[in-house]
Amino acid sequence: MTNHWIDIKNSDCILIMGSNAAENHPISFKYVTKAMEKGAKLISVDPRFTRTSSKADIYAPLRSGTDIAFLGGMIKYLLDNKLYNKEYTAAYTNAPFIVGKAFEFKDGLFSGYKKNEEGPSLGSYDKSKWAFEMDEKGIPKMDRTLKNKRSVFQLLKAHYSRYDLDKVSKVTGTPKQDLLKVYKTFAATGATGKAGTIMYAMGWTQHTVGTQIIRAMAMIQLLLGNMGVAGGGVNALRGESNVQGSTDHCLLWHIWPGYLKTPRASNTSLDTYNAKWTPRTNDPLSANWWGNYPKYSVSMLKSFFGENARKSNQFGYNWLPKVDDGKAYSWFDIFDAMYKGDVKGFFAWGQNPACSGSNAAKVRKAMENLDWMVNVNIFDNETGSFWKGPGKDPSKIRTEVFMLPAAVSVEKEGSITNSGRWMQWRYQGPKPLGNSRPDGDIIMELGRLLKKEYKTSGGVFQDPILNLKWDYETNGAYDPHKAAKEVNGYFTKDVKVKGKLCKKGTLVPSFAWLQADGSTSSGNWLYCNSYTEKGNMSARRSKKDAPNNIGLYPEFAWCWPVNRRIIYNRASVDPKGRPWDKKDWVIKFAGDQKDGKYVSKKWIGDVPDGGWYPLENPDGSKRKDSKYPFIMRKHGHAQIFGPGRTDGPFPEHYEPLESPVEKNFFSSQRINPAAVVYTTKLDVYATCDPRFPFVGTTYRVSEHWQTGVMTRPQAWLMEMQPDMFVEMSKDLAKLRGIKNGERVNVTSARGTVECTAIVTKRFKPFSVGYATVHQVGVPWHYGWRWPATGKEESANLLTPPAGDPNTRIPETKAFMVNVTKL
Amino acid sequence: MSKSIFIDTTICTGCRGCQVACKQWHDLPAEKTKNMGSFQNPQDLSFKTYKLVRMNEEIINGRLEWLFFPDQCRHCIDAPCLETAFDENAIYRDTQTGAVIYTKVTRNLDADEIIGSCPYNIPRKAQDNTLAKCDLCSDRVHNGLKPACVTVCPSGAMQFGDRDRILSIAKKRLGKVKQKFSKAMLLNPEDVNVIYLVGFDPKLYADYAVASSDRGGLSRSVALRKMMGPFTRMMRV
Ligand code: SF4
Ligand code: SF4
Repeated sequence: MTNHWIDIKNSDCILIMGSNAAENHPISFKYVTKAMEKGAKLISVDPRFTRTSSKADIYAPLRSGTDIAFLGGMIKYLLDNKLYNKEYTAAYTNAPFIVGKAFEFKDGLFSGYKKNEEGPSLGSYDKSKWAFEMDEKGIPKMDRTLKNKRSVFQLLKAHYSRYDLDKVSKVTGTPKQDLLKVYKTFAATGATGKAGTIMYAMGWTQHTVGTQIIRAMAMIQLLLGNMGVAGGGVNALRGESNVQGSTDHCLLWHIWPGYLKTPRASNTSLDTYNAKWTPRTNDPLSANWWGNYPKYSVSMLKSFFGENARKSNQFGYNWLPKVDDGKAYSWFDIFDAMYKGDVKGFFAWGQNPACSGSNAAKVRKAMENLDWMVNVNIFDNETGSFWKGPGKDPSKIRTEVFMLPAAVSVEKEGSITNSGRWMQWRYQGPKPLGNSRPDGDIIMELGRLLKKEYKTSGGVFQDPILNLKWDYETNGAYDPHKAAKEVNGYFTKDVKVKGKLCKKGTLVPSFAWLQADGSTSSGNWLYCNSYTEKGNMSARRSKKDAPNNIGLYPEFAWCWPVNRRIIYNRASVDPKGRPWDKKDWVIKFAGDQKDGKYVSKKWIGDVPDGGWYPLENPDGSKRKDSKYPFIMRKHGHAQIFGPGRTDGPFPEHYEPLESPVEKNFFSSQRINPAAVVYTTKLDVYATCDPRFPFVGTTYRVSEHWQTGVMTRPQAWLMEMQPDMFVEMSKDLAKLRGIKNGERVNVTSARGTVECTAIVTKRFKPFSVGYATVHQVGVPWHYGWRWPATGKEESANLLTPPAGDPNTRIPETKAFMVNVTKL
Repeated sequence: MSKSIFIDTTICTGCRGCQVACKQWHDLPAEKTKNMGSFQNPQDLSFKTYKLVRMNEEIINGRLEWLFFPDQCRHCIDAPCLETAFDENAIYRDTQTGAVIYTKVTRNLDADEIIGSCPYNIPRKAQDNTLAKCDLCSDRVHNGLKPACVTVCPSGAMQFGDRDRILSIAKKRLGKVKQKFSKAMLLNPEDVNVIYLVGFDPKLYADYAVASSDRGGLSRSVALRKMMGPFTRMMRV
């Protein structure tokens, strides 16, 4: 979230699309309700009418996988009706930038496209074709009037001119009057002082165009001036209490802690690595915060290897693994490699891939190729027991499985970081039961044993293991405080920074103090400031609000970066530093002025995104000592044109890998030309195939959690949602002769799952193109291991082998199925 | 003063946190259920289920509405079940909270008569005829806590407190809700301590959302006993 949970209450219009907050993030509804009490409008856009829709002022259905068409239509509506916030768009986004002549868009393809013969990626783009035009100083050329034909703004207009109501409705299946209602209501937040927010989750990410759906919304939020303001932002509702934290600390293969890049094989030295990933700008008004990159990467290496990380050995850079250039190592790729026999050992830690992975039959098959698996979990699950699962012959599977019982969250001390980026410390409740142990203990001991083994028995490339600092323990047990301090970082010698003497061994006050010379360590620069000499900031519990009274509660827990509760907040003020929204302001400039000029620096409210002077003085004269508000962007402007994405600088509608229409109504590219589609024998799919005529999607319910490992053994929850089910419209049920409550088979090109039919008014057929398209939905909380009948299986046996090119997240939200009576 | 709960169904998201919290606090076993073609489960209140979120899909004014009704005992101000039982060892009113409490001794009552007397069709019997229902979590309330269901509600659909305060909150809220739901109403607010606010015709939420005339009330013999009530009670002391 750019904003945070409580901040939802400040919104004037809440769009819930790609998520089902009432059911899956129930607590968020406290704040949604508060906003509504103050008159905010709630919009729910979803293929089916949900518990969220039941509370909404406006409900609009859309066919799964057509979100970009829906949002593209909104962009066109904003531009056609001049409902965008011109002042904000011109000042803070790259709408005025001039795009180079090489950029082109023709019939679904951007310039620079090359088909990929080998896969799994279908094709790729030469992104240099999308570069901005630079002036003689090397600064992007801009036209703040937004009139230049090659400006981002004009290109945007041209791109979305094709997204007219008729076409959008024809693709999405959303009735035109519903589209208009949503567009009109959300567009009203473009007015100065009004804020609209978006709450999205996996309903947006899990598509072959997932990243671009979110980009489309971010663009809308920028056009409406909704970024950085209270009650605005782009807000991802995370699917686990600590997904934000684990992502920050490098859950994903392509990032290191704090969103540093995983080095490629071609980054052969620390210097090449830093040079490659440190963006540069010639614009004195761009803070280009990532210019500090080397300080963060070196501090991280110091944290990993301590004294052993020295300038002379590139701080241990060569000890870290490199990924092959152009190769991906995502979840999909891991199991693809395992399926092909390239992975021999596997830690399944706090997860259940046998049920959670898309195309789960392939995942289960892949596991048969393992020599060993360690399943660290609080209960046995379909993953640990895969060898005795449905259709498996245990006598033929030689994988050795070890089960390590883990302590549950309340039995251990440590922090979680919620969707709103709040790092919150939790104390230990009860002691772990039996021989279950906290994850920290398990991994500490694993590291210790590895070190011992490498030391005594040798082994290939011992340096990384032997040089690892690995000292986050007290009295032989993992110490969460030591780990948290390590993440924050220390001064590794006495140094003078900013005129202040910092003693060796003391905690670094914030990332502004980090250095690239090895004098500081920090396990994750984004968290530098979370555990300082003042104490554990995340354990704070003050209920005092900030002076602006918008629910920031700055001394309750801690939030990255540097306790800034709303990021990009310098866009919440006009160039003179005055809040657009006078009532629910986030920050405001409170420096002294003299003769129409600011003469002293002071911001109040939230921690500003950099404490520079505003861009302009009260008399309108420009300041040279200011910075543009989007400090994480190279050019200081938010990106309406996003030349960094793998699949194009503007979001474009493509059909899902499996869809009910033969042709994309927008272009002759049916699916995302850069999508990732796997190709083994088990990676089958069928599009526009009469055998699988209905659109399918997966989702969650309030009563279960993830693959249900924690909820399926819980009798009270099973009482409420006992069986795997499929929801469908009355029309579809009639078509197939299915009665409410009866068991049916749901089948895709990859498998069949038995479900109880819920025939409901909440699903309705769509009118797509000139045909009627039916859609059904299944929850993904079940698995054969429990309940004991073994009949309630995972929805992921149905889901497709394709993913988004930027993230490789699977397209589990839109695929094709059939539904038949048993 | 007696305590009351206000349940604003226009805010309730049907998350069923309350339904589980009730079971958890009372250590009630789960029922063996089956998906019957809807999210609602169990299908009805029972000896093991004191609180049940009823779910109905209705088209109202051309719009689909998914109605949630967290059903539970209303702790009537004049409680027909209590009067019908006429045995304070079986059914009594907790003086501190005003809650109508069932004890094990309900086993000796005519279960069907008691159930039949409830205008909201709440009490349920076990195999041995013991009766059970919501007890307003009086044990929690005696110890300064709110009822489990109220505590857990994430959306703020439920509030708990002294009857006067709750009634005035309910009335104020009704005024506000009416702007959006013109047919909104409070259900029997003067007669019960668990006051519901609904946005539409109460019949659409549950058969017995409002006191039903086709059931409940006092039979002639009970009414007679009731007349003599204070006297008998005095005698018993
Ligand atoms: S008041 Fe207590 S007993 Fe009654 S429904 Fe709520 S949780 Fe259950
Ligand atoms: S806990 Fe609250 S929101 Fe959830 S079902 Fe019960 S009353 Fe409704």
